Amino acid sequence: MVNGTDVYGTDTLDKNEFFKRVYQFLGIKYSKFFKMDNLSKLAFLSAEFVLSETPSIGKNIAIILSNNASSLDTDRKYQDSINDSENYYPSPAVFVYTLPNIGIGEISIRHQLKSENGFFVFENYNTNFHYHYENNLLQNNKCNSVLAGWVNVDEDSYEAFLYLVSETGEIEHTEQKLKQLYNE
Amino acid sequence: MSNIEDLKLELKKNIIEVLNLEDISLEDFGDNDSLFGDGIGLDSIDALELIVMLDKDYGIRLSDPKEGKKIFESVEVMAAYIAEHRTK
Repeated sequence: MVNGTDVYGTDTLDKNEFFKRVYQFLGIKYSKFFKMDNLSKLAFLSAEFVLSETPSIGKNIAIILSNNASSLDTDRKYQDSINDSENYYPSPAVFVYTLPNIGIGEISIRHQLKSENGFFVFENYNTNFHYHYENNLLQNNKCNSVLAGWVNVDEDSYEAFLYLVSETGEIEHTEQKLKQLYNE
Repeated sequence: MSNIEDLKLELKKNIIEVLNLEDISLEDFGDNDSLFGDGIGLDSIDALELIVMLDKDYGIRLSDPKEGKKIFESVEVMAAYIAEHRTK
């Protein structure tokens, strides 16, 4: 759903297949996508939807994301590759994704952003933290806009809620509004 | 098909699968295509994965990762090296 409108739906709930289908739906050519872990794929795809809606936003975009499971989904995969001392083959390609903020790096590379960013881990989407952090970045001229939200992947569940905050946005940036949009 | 041809085909399949090269088909993957740079387009993390693959699938341990630069030039070169040095 983008700006309240359903843009894509599928009957598959398997995250690997779903992310692949959304990538194909977007019609982009970015072969590195298939090398990303699932958290990065979800962050990357969500950012594609948001940033393609605002092509004139410029490059001074901070990125503030948060989630509940950090990179646990990939951490488990990596752990599986080193559990057995008789079959010990740690994967470098999996290891590089054992941090949640790598997804921010993937978005930044794709959109050539060299801006402020941070990834935070909370029990639930923390509107109070996000509201103040995003405001602070804008008020202190650290950026012109903030791409922010909640991107979580853990085993079979996945969830993304991303939005863009700027001085010239149409919807007022308030803690209550963030809560409302997240729950819609 | 000769053993070396079988090995080259196996290597191409493994490289595509292990390195998640979804946009490269077996038909597009030439024996002499450069694996890095303008050829297949692998990166430095892929190079590390290839070192792991050599160890895991063929029992070859590279003591110096710089050796990989020459060995991973193409599937043709990789297959020749593996055929000569494999322990499994």
